[in-house]
Amino acid sequence: MDYSQFFVLKEELSLIAVIVILFIADLFFCPDAHKEGGKTHLNTMLPVILLVIHTLITIVPGPVAEAFGGMYHNGPIQSIVKSILSIGTLIVFLMAHEWLRRPDTIIKQGEFYILTLSTLLGMYFMISAGHFLMFFIGLETASVPMAALVAFDKYRHHSAEAGAKYILTALFSSGLLLYGISMIYGTVGTLYFNDIPAHISGNAMQIMAFVFFFAGMGFKISLVPFHLWTADVYEGAPSTVTAYLSVVSKGSAAFVLMTVLIKVFAPMVAQWQEVLYWVIIASITLANLFALRQENLKRLMAFSSISQAGYIMLGVISGTSQGMASLVYYILIYLFANLAVFTVITIIALRSQRFTLEEYNGLYTTNPKLAFLMTLSLFSLAGIPPFAGFFSKFFIFAAAFHSGFHLLVFIALVNTVLSLYYYLKIVKAMYINKSEDPIVSFRSDNYTRASLVICTFGIIALSFVSIIYQYIDKFSFGL
Amino acid sequence: MNLLSIFVFIPMLMLFGLWLSRNIKQIRAVMVTGASALLISAVVLTIAYLNARHNGATGEMLFQADIPWFPALHVHYSVGVDGISVAMLLLSSIIVLTGTFASWRLQPLTKEYFLWFTLLSAGVFGFFISTDLFTMFMFYEVALIPMYLLIGVWGSGKKEYAAMKLTLMLMGGSAFLLIGILGIYYGSGGTTMNLLEIAKLHNIPIAQQRIWFPLTFLGFGVLGALFPFHTWSPDGHASAPTAVSMLHAGVLMKLGGYGCFRIAMYLMPEAAQELGWIFLILTGISVVYGAFSACVQTDLKYINAYSSVSHCGLVLFAILMMNQTACTGAVLQMLSHGLMTALFFALIGMIYGRTHTRDVRELSGLMKIMPFLSVCYVIAGLANLGLPGLSGFIAEMTIFNGAFQHPDVFHRTWTIIACTSIVITAVYILRLVGKILYGTCTNKHHLTLTDATWDERTAVIILIVCVAGLGLAPLWISNMIGDSVSPLVAIFN
Repeated sequence: MDYSQFFVLKEELSLIAVIVILFIADLFFCPDAHKEGGKTHLNTMLPVILLVIHTLITIVPGPVAEAFGGMYHNGPIQSIVKSILSIGTLIVFLMAHEWLRRPDTIIKQGEFYILTLSTLLGMYFMISAGHFLMFFIGLETASVPMAALVAFDKYRHHSAEAGAKYILTALFSSGLLLYGISMIYGTVGTLYFNDIPAHISGNAMQIMAFVFFFAGMGFKISLVPFHLWTADVYEGAPSTVTAYLSVVSKGSAAFVLMTVLIKVFAPMVAQWQEVLYWVIIASITLANLFALRQENLKRLMAFSSISQAGYIMLGVISGTSQGMASLVYYILIYLFANLAVFTVITIIALRSQRFTLEEYNGLYTTNPKLAFLMTLSLFSLAGIPPFAGFFSKFFIFAAAFHSGFHLLVFIALVNTVLSLYYYLKIVKAMYINKSEDPIVSFRSDNYTRASLVICTFGIIALSFVSIIYQYIDKFSFGL
Repeated sequence: MNLLSIFVFIPMLMLFGLWLSRNIKQIRAVMVTGASALLISAVVLTIAYLNARHNGATGEMLFQADIPWFPALHVHYSVGVDGISVAMLLLSSIIVLTGTFASWRLQPLTKEYFLWFTLLSAGVFGFFISTDLFTMFMFYEVALIPMYLLIGVWGSGKKEYAAMKLTLMLMGGSAFLLIGILGIYYGSGGTTMNLLEIAKLHNIPIAQQRIWFPLTFLGFGVLGALFPFHTWSPDGHASAPTAVSMLHAGVLMKLGGYGCFRIAMYLMPEAAQELGWIFLILTGISVVYGAFSACVQTDLKYINAYSSVSHCGLVLFAILMMNQTACTGAVLQMLSHGLMTALFFALIGMIYGRTHTRDVRELSGLMKIMPFLSVCYVIAGLANLGLPGLSGFIAEMTIFNGAFQHPDVFHRTWTIIACTSIVITAVYILRLVGKILYGTCTNKHHLTLTDATWDERTAVIILIVCVAGLGLAPLWISNMIGDSVSPLVAIFN
């Protein structure tokens, strides 16, 4: 056997190395739960440093290569997406620090890191899959540990409930997906991405297969009408896990959907564009309408993330390389903005147990910096310049517009105004509304600050620095 | 560095300076230095521009610079100015400086207030110097969003409602605008975002123009208070703090007119000629309806806000006449209205700061109590109703003169209808002046009030000098504007 092909998997191998090191470290340094004052030694520093090294390895793009007889594909654009996801995970680790210090989670912080990185590993394989089997293994590796993460605060009723909801919907969607894949196998007799398009003719069975496949992916990305689990799970899960779910998990699934649609379902482009068209309209509009009335901030962000997923799909529907570039760029910027919002939500929830919009009243008077950073990230999410979100929204609209979806872009644009309303509601609560009992002033820990600094830097720098977009654009591919 | 980029660079420096400043003195120092630097740059630019023209520079835009930004989409940071933009830059820098003085004693959160104020002005300046569709749109949006917090936090009255209404309506407008811009970009072949090059290509198919022209015009028109999308303006202006009303009515609403002219009409002239009549009717309604609404208001700011709707409607009205004289008049009107409405809002803010009411029914006999402010108020009012010798006369005269040159009956009829606004304006201005300034003061509390302080006097005097200057010596600036309007108008013939 030619072992040199393992070098193609450098991202996965380095991630596995990180997981193994953390696993061993966790064994040796595990705090004694029964002893008073048993000190933990598995500092947040260790996973963070390892992940930084891993990100640096990932960020160097490898050549376009295959391994295992075409089961595994890798290329520069895949490396870029993987490094984006890895940066997202890094930020999640930083913001998880404070949460993991609590007595009931400190004993299992090792588990948190390992579970999170396992899902990341699954996403890596999913992204690089060249065969539906590899794809499905990656997908399952990404979903099952995720359910454990959602139920991480197991003594909190909501978290356990969310975990159960997540695992049920994840299994159901995997079932649908698998059914779709089996239909494809039934009609074409192969599961290699490279071989399938030649046999795709768009007959009834294949359309059926596509619909099942799409439904399965729709659950993962939480597109309307497959979104019903989202709000409950996002609300119940620990905030850091919600952040991870809304950004990293969603981003990877969206990118994978695009590559599979381009690579496998290319001959059925007319059909999948039709399906996506209505799904996008429904996702953006309904999610925005629901978000208008949310009082709980995590639920609001859940609906916001559904509508953001709809915007991301605008890159998919174009099917062009411009669309892919804008999709990856959108995910990158959405990641920074959304994680910044969740960092603020997490730290406030930990320090003062406040979650609702009303309880954020007067935040600016007590914690001006947090409120200010939250405002910047909300503006970025709403697509307001000079923050990066404006640029990514513009590019993704341009991509869809270029492919002729004029009316769709128009609907999406009108929806940005709707979304601005509920983002501004948060800003209004923080700046304008007065409160008898505002959130007390506090100093965040250094990890939270680091996370906020990285996110803010991303939100501001990515708008002016165009190199990254060009870099992504260079490696993107389309139909 | 390019001379024009200074206008973006100075606000950035100001933002940085404000961020570092620790007390109110430092904040004021940063603001006054920055705003004066902007004004000086604008004056230098005007002189340099006139000089270059005098020496025979023939380019449509001067001082051009072009840096590729996102090459994949042909987005460039490209700047350039012609006479129209120079005039607008001059106006903006005057308003920013006077706005700084008008909010000299603003409390609380002074630092944050000036941060957003400066960001807003950065957007305005950036908009007027850009020649790239994307960059222009970006600066346009930069100028819109700070309004939400400026009104919401520091405003008065039903500020939260007004701030949200204003922001959402303007953002809705910019949604129309964005789709229009994408339409223009891809309609012209998707090879350039530079509006001069798109105008040169002149290849957007007429079928597409028919869709993108109304969207773009409407998008900018919302900001230019086009009927029936003007409703944000009275609420927004009435609730905003003084300097924000000045900047918004004085400069920001001009972005609408400028954009309609430079993007919607200039890039899609065929559709403009074909569909212009629809908007002409709407702007005609704006002009008359705004003036009538101003007659029945009892809040000083509402009166001025409706008067702004009427006057800004006149700008769009003149642009739609598509001839040299009327379009020159439109730009003059932008200048003149910008100055006099800023003056008005500044004075209203000062009166409100003393009497704590803007209700016309509760004010009377102010002339004896605060003579300086009252005299200035009379001057502002006279400029507003178009008294010869002040700026309003020059602008409106040019507009109606140009509008009536249009040969067909439809345009002439609407010109006559719009002309009636002059009379209505005189009605509400004179009634207002008579009611609040003359007569005897009925409120004993008002008798103890004092006249303007030095910082208020500075702001007001600068504005009055400009209003009178424009009215007494308009030729140099109207020539400068007229020369730049002709290539834009030539496309319609």
